Amino acid sequence: MHYGFMTIYWRDMIRFVRFKTLLISSLIQPALWMAFFGIAMSANFDRLGASIPPIPGVPEVQYLTYMAAGVIAMTTLFTSLFGGIVLLFDKNWGLMREIMASPLPRDHIIFGIALSGMTKSFIQVIIVMAFGLLIGVQFFAGYTIGQTIIALLGIMLFVGMFSIGFLFFSAAISISMETPEGLQGIITLLTMPIFFASNALYPVEAFPPVLQAISTVNPLSQLVNGVRYFAIGDNFTTMGIHYVYTTGEIILSFSILVVFAASMFVVAWWSFKKAVVT
Amino acid sequence: MSTNIIEVKDLGHQYGEFKAVDGISFSVGKGEIFSFLGPNGAGKSTAINVLITLLKLQNGEASIAGYDVRTEPEKVRESIGIVFQEVTLDRDMTVWEILEFHGRLYGMARSDRKDRIQEILELVKLEEKKDTYVKKLSGGMKRRLEIGRGLMTRPIVLFLDEPTIGLDPQTRMRMWDYIRAVNEEGTTIFLTTHYMDEADNLSDRISIIDHGKIIASGKPWELKNALGQDLIYLETSDNKKAAAIISDLVHVSDVSDKGKGILITTNDDGTKVLPLLIEEIRGSGISVITVNLKKPSMDDVFVHFTGRELRDDKPEKISTAFGRR
Repeated sequence: MHYGFMTIYWRDMIRFVRFKTLLISSLIQPALWMAFFGIAMSANFDRLGASIPPIPGVPEVQYLTYMAAGVIAMTTLFTSLFGGIVLLFDKNWGLMREIMASPLPRDHIIFGIALSGMTKSFIQVIIVMAFGLLIGVQFFAGYTIGQTIIALLGIMLFVGMFSIGFLFFSAAISISMETPEGLQGIITLLTMPIFFASNALYPVEAFPPVLQAISTVNPLSQLVNGVRYFAIGDNFTTMGIHYVYTTGEIILSFSILVVFAASMFVVAWWSFKKAVVT
Repeated sequence: MSTNIIEVKDLGHQYGEFKAVDGISFSVGKGEIFSFLGPNGAGKSTAINVLITLLKLQNGEASIAGYDVRTEPEKVRESIGIVFQEVTLDRDMTVWEILEFHGRLYGMARSDRKDRIQEILELVKLEEKKDTYVKKLSGGMKRRLEIGRGLMTRPIVLFLDEPTIGLDPQTRMRMWDYIRAVNEEGTTIFLTTHYMDEADNLSDRISIIDHGKIIASGKPWELKNALGQDLIYLETSDNKKAAAIISDLVHVSDVSDKGKGILITTNDDGTKVLPLLIEEIRGSGISVITVNLKKPSMDDVFVHFTGRELRDDKPEKISTAFGRR
């Protein structure tokens, strides 16, 4: 009974590989972001950045490499926000009743969905990175194999913690909502500020103070920090801005993600507790 | 501890001000097939949802297989199987996956699941459909799969909410055979239905439920006998006068006005009473236009106890007297 969440996980993964359109589109979409947005934007940003004199002794990274971390974060964000929607469909199709009437504790439903969403994010992130390296993203530049493995693990740790937080959130609203349209509305509403008030695609240094403040606590920024730290390094410049990550900052970023995930779990747990499915 | 599998006392459930279930009490013995018969919206599904712990028990007491629905919902859940009113199968899973998923949900061990799935597939005759997607199954197969799924964990009692809704007559009859077979293997069955013939054919005992209350309970034949032995419907040239004449006869227990005709409940063999009635009426100079004689059906029972028909919104029709066939 303690592995009850694995049952939910198993079923959701069956669906993931079974719906070929869903599977393929979810794998291709982030690669398309890299290919079109990444290449187009980096052509522009690199031209602008070229006029700024480089800082001596600090490695300079191309915009494409810089934003690849943002694409990883964005992919994880979208996949996770929509990860709970299966619960809403299950509820509307009546399938949720079988689960709700079973002896399976409700927190296992939350964990099962979170775990499958996390797995999907891992797969996507690997694809984005592989595709990125193919088109010239300079991740893990100059790393030894050992360092690369540690960097990968670090990235996955950040991706995992981040996605779990948003999956809990997604599960919570899915179980409380009546229609997919409502869920879609809420997600669309949230995506904008989360995505654009972050350091995913551009530096936040030129933001007005309010946006900067949002960006500083934004979970997406924490994830991007983590990915850049592990994939690019703790000291680099891009577009004339000097990035230095201390270990403390990275630990702080991760801690924010942990706190975020924990509070989202409480929200999800509470939503499931009061959910009545008949 | 009695041998009753389900014991319910003064069960009540409200949605806001609306009393969906209003103080019902009943019990179901081991090995019985027990039916809740009533129209849509009578409170059947609400009652079943409370018993299977999907809705909170608000008022009253209920126990299933000896476990208190209020304080031991997990134990109750482990003891029951459920077949919901609407199809609750994932269209994109195979028959095997549906059963495997269910077994895992209930924490069955792997080897146990393997054996049990085989048994279930044989029981509901779906062995050949093991790897077929649910969306490729017919309506009857889906229903069988759901019944099989409900039995997967060897429940003490199986709840069936409107088990044959939306099935064609032939498939319904076959469904009944499956339900009987399951019952003969020792599973107690609680079913809700708004089909008279279903309650009549399947049940050992029936409770008629309307507006959240149980208005009559008993074995099918007991309920039917409450109406007397036979029903005779007459249309005459003067219904009022005819009714007055025959209501005094010994073999007539009740006469009611049905608009175009009159409905007579007899307390003796109708085939013998009918000629007497006609003689009496003719003797008074009234001519008889139409005659019909029949045994009471569950439809008549329902009309008798509720004062209205189960499925028809038009009250004044011959069907009011004789049910619909």
